[in-house]
Amino acid sequence: MLLNRKYVPVLVTFALFALMFIAGSFRYTGFFSLQVLMNLLVDNSFLIITAVGMTFVILSGGIDLSVGSVIALTTMVSASLVQNLGWPPVVVIPLVLVMGSVFGYIMGAIIHYFKIQPFIVTLAGMFLARGLCYVISINTITIDNAFYTKVAQTKIPLPGNSFISISVLIALIVVAAAIYIAHYTRFGRTVYALGGSEQSALLMGLPVAQTKIMVYTLSGFCSALAGVVFTFYMLSGYGLHAVGLELDTIAAVVIGGTLLTGGVGFIAGTFFGVLIQGVIQTIISFEGTLSSWWTKIVIGLLLFVFILLQRVLSARKATTIKA
Amino acid sequence: MKNQLFKHHLFWPVTMLAALLLFNLIYSPDFFKIVLREGHLYGSLIDILNFGAPLILVAIGMTLVIATKGIDLSVGSIVAISGAVACMMISKGADQSSLSLVLTAIAAALGLSLVLGLWNGFLVTGAGIQPIIATLILMVAGRGIAQLVTSGQIITVSSDTYEYIGTGSLATLPFSIFVVAFMLIIASLLTRRTALGLFIESVGSNPKASLLSGVRSSVVILAVYIFCGLCAGIAGLLLSSNVSSADGNNAGLWYELDAILAVVIGGTSLNGGRFYLMGTVIGALIIQTLTTTIYMIGVPPEITLVVKAFVVLAVCLVQSEAFRQSLVRRWKTRHYPGEKEVVRRAS
Amino acid sequence: MSEPQALLQMRGIHKVFPGVKALTNVDFRLFPGEVHALMGENGAGKSTLIKVMTGVYSIDEGSVAMEGHPISIHSPLESQSAGISTVYQEVNLCTNLTVAENIFIGREPRKFGRIRWKEMNQRAEALLKERLNLHIDVTQPLHFYSVAIQQLIAIARALNISAKVLILDEPTSSLDRNEVGQLFRIIRKLKSEGLAILFVTHFLDQVYEISDRITILRNGELIGEYMAKDLSRIDLVSKMIGKELNLLEELPKSAESKKFANQEVMVEASGLGRKGSIEPFNLKIHKGEVVGLAGLLGSGRTETARLFFGADKADQGGLTVHGAGQGVHSPREAIDRGIAFCSENRKTEGIIDDLTIRENIILALQATRGWFNRIPRKKQDEIADEYIKALNINPKNPEHLIKNLSGGNQQKVLLARWLLTNPKLLILDEPTRGIDVGAKAEIQKLVLNLSQQGMSFLFISSELEEVARVSDRIAVLRDRRKVKEIQEEEISQQEIMQAIAGG
Repeated sequence: MLLNRKYVPVLVTFALFALMFIAGSFRYTGFFSLQVLMNLLVDNSFLIITAVGMTFVILSGGIDLSVGSVIALTTMVSASLVQNLGWPPVVVIPLVLVMGSVFGYIMGAIIHYFKIQPFIVTLAGMFLARGLCYVISINTITIDNAFYTKVAQTKIPLPGNSFISISVLIALIVVAAAIYIAHYTRFGRTVYALGGSEQSALLMGLPVAQTKIMVYTLSGFCSALAGVVFTFYMLSGYGLHAVGLELDTIAAVVIGGTLLTGGVGFIAGTFFGVLIQGVIQTIISFEGTLSSWWTKIVIGLLLFVFILLQRVLSARKATTIKA
Repeated sequence: MKNQLFKHHLFWPVTMLAALLLFNLIYSPDFFKIVLREGHLYGSLIDILNFGAPLILVAIGMTLVIATKGIDLSVGSIVAISGAVACMMISKGADQSSLSLVLTAIAAALGLSLVLGLWNGFLVTGAGIQPIIATLILMVAGRGIAQLVTSGQIITVSSDTYEYIGTGSLATLPFSIFVVAFMLIIASLLTRRTALGLFIESVGSNPKASLLSGVRSSVVILAVYIFCGLCAGIAGLLLSSNVSSADGNNAGLWYELDAILAVVIGGTSLNGGRFYLMGTVIGALIIQTLTTTIYMIGVPPEITLVVKAFVVLAVCLVQSEAFRQSLVRRWKTRHYPGEKEVVRRAS
Repeated sequence: MSEPQALLQMRGIHKVFPGVKALTNVDFRLFPGEVHALMGENGAGKSTLIKVMTGVYSIDEGSVAMEGHPISIHSPLESQSAGISTVYQEVNLCTNLTVAENIFIGREPRKFGRIRWKEMNQRAEALLKERLNLHIDVTQPLHFYSVAIQQLIAIARALNISAKVLILDEPTSSLDRNEVGQLFRIIRKLKSEGLAILFVTHFLDQVYEISDRITILRNGELIGEYMAKDLSRIDLVSKMIGKELNLLEELPKSAESKKFANQEVMVEASGLGRKGSIEPFNLKIHKGEVVGLAGLLGSGRTETARLFFGADKADQGGLTVHGAGQGVHSPREAIDRGIAFCSENRKTEGIIDDLTIRENIILALQATRGWFNRIPRKKQDEIADEYIKALNINPKNPEHLIKNLSGGNQQKVLLARWLLTNPKLLILDEPTRGIDVGAKAEIQKLVLNLSQQGMSFLFISSELEEVARVSDRIAVLRDRRKVKEIQEEEISQQEIMQAIAGG
């Protein structure tokens, strides 16, 4: 079967991930194990969920800077409700999910109806969510609720003496659902159309307003869900949780092969984009002599390479159309 | 006459600043008190100027970038790198207070800042990448570079000479104020005494027409990113000198956002074109005063963020054509909602 | 008359925009199984009429009926569901989606909300094969295909909506000859299937090749509806431009006849051309000469001007400026070598919105002087005052923002910008479009005066009268080719019109 050319960027990302993992396996003893692979998921499940929401936003031609702050706000609200007010998790978790979605919905509506750049609106959202954390408390609130600790400690055993956490399960379900939404629903395809050309989408009679707002709502929901997962991971609420996460998320999406100008990209690519960041971190920790900041430098470098690659590819595309 | 006053571009920023100061005066009558002690002036107003200095610097550079329809997200990282390089070099010296060592360190830090600005400018003009994406690269990698320089630690220096930049005084006023004034004058001279200002505004307002009028827009754009890098570099020196240490991880964190906010409050549109350096300075002072005020009334300073969020939103809504129209439309007869949508897009 | 009933009937259409009457009492009909060409020059109201049909604008007055039933159209979606589909010049599809999706998006075959890709791809393939004779891989993104194919896919999307009316808005402007042939075969096929086709183009040859009926608009008014076979080319052109041939009177030329053969050549193009915009041509412009460029909209006038100015890069031939033959590669180089260009797009390529009259005037001169050689403020004020007075620019205050000026005054500011650089050749692209009569006469007079002082001009205008009046020699363009050069003594509107209409 002829390989469809549109899958090339995703395959590059996957190959890069595989290559890094194999290189790590050859270089460090104890690297090549199922558990190391699974730990990539365990440690990055919240990032995967956030990045999925971000992928939809970027595919539609927008950007969402508020994701890290919404995660922090979610941990904070969850912690204060559960810990300080003693609300049951069954109520708190749906509540924070709705809260995140509404937050995204409002940002989307402002972006669409008042035609303000997504960058600025979500920047305001980022300030607001972060600030609201401190309105609740400026200190860490530790959670010792039975349900949260149980979920945090549960290990789902896998063959080969390895395990994953419940969060990983949630992340994988989110990825699967997102692939379905992106590929098999009208909403998903409209997002792609929107990122390709908003003008065309409108003239083709597609529901532009509704889709645009939904995209930010979805991102808000994903951030809140990532916040819930992050709460399991940290067992605390804190205003400084997930600082700078928006950058990691955007980087993951771009490294995953999604065009920052919108319209082109895959959820699966984002998934591997997150894993590449995870592998870089793992390799650096195995190396021992290298310090953690190399992660940022390498990610910055990868960003540069991928952005330049996109630029070259799109420039070539433009010339072929002219010819 | 009255109309003229309202229309002046500094009217709203100055009013906002005045309102904030007035609130402070009412809340704490001592607010405006300035005392002379040991040859230094002390007081809340002096503090606002002193602590606000780095932000003003970064915002001045950002103003020029935004005027060309661009944006520079990497300024926070450049602040961190510049401080890290200077402190690292000084901390390695035998005599940390030696003037020649400090000057070399400053030159190295600023030189690197210029190079980083050049890099941003090159990505924008040479490679043709959107500014927000191009500068994102350095925003991510820059923090890593800063930590690389400091080896992930907070480098402390004990150099009276270096400390002078951030804490010393000249003619009873903090030295940092003079640095800011100097850079502000340089920026004004560059843009208003040479033709650079005209070119920046024309490139930002209509790039196509500027090109057809013979303006070399790529050189102009390169220049503003380099200048912005330099401003961020100097801000990095002020910040690190003020605390006598460099923290690659936290120095200059969120500066890019505060700087953009200051520029927007100052009346320069994010769509490029006309820019207002004085407006930006006042915008930065508003942000600094806000922080000071919130401190003073005893609310955790982090809550400033909530206020900032609403300020950003309010300023952008006021600038938004669609928002103003929707207000006007409430008073007019109803049209088909579908038409509004389409006409807006089609035009 | 045994005319069949009209499929789409528009009566008494009025549309007013703030300050502009775009359509005044226009009737328009489309018949099934016919290709109907809509003709008109700039500002005739063609695009407004199309946008009314497609629901982008709603009408102020008038009625629209489809198959005898009155309909109202307020959005693109309503227009589509009434059976009207449009294919725009710049293909309005999403090039990042696959071919099949572009045909079906918004209407995908689904089962329980799940898009059935397999069925969609099969149906797309069948549709393209059966109705358009197109065999391509429908699972590839649209941008892998040429604009010609993209256009066909846009037509396929229209057909899939079971369109009764198909609007083709300048579909051929970026196609080569073979591709046009392919498109026309498909148009004929669709016509025979009973579709009513509205065809807009600037190419006269194509109008006569494909259309059965022609409607002409001018200045937002209906000039008439004709059968193509009954309307001669020259009649068509004269109706579009607005001059009946027998009413044309010869304008007396200026008394002293200037002879340019002995004058030095200012600029010479030899074999200059660019694929897709203008075929290679030769043109000499002498010192002090005004060369007019005549031709219909889309005939390649602006493209020619842009090649002279280096705004577009020529891919063939060369340009000699003042004896030096290295060509012109950028606007900046053109300016440095004494060429200036006043674009027809005043808003997007001329004025700098945010700046004042003064700043707009000095911009080009300042650009050639560089950053540090700033024109002193006092000098700037003098310059601005001088030109405001000389060109009678209103308001007189040089500190007014240019965006608040009327079109005519904006145009004068742009003229001042270029005159200030003291060019040897000034290219004026539609300098008098959309400005009032007084300003128009002033600009024409200015051109004549300056040419007498030795400045050369390349003067582009859709108004034949104007071109004939100011030009010493006229180059006529048709369908992106230079077809004729009319020497001074032969210049008359009739001569020009005949050349424009061609064989």
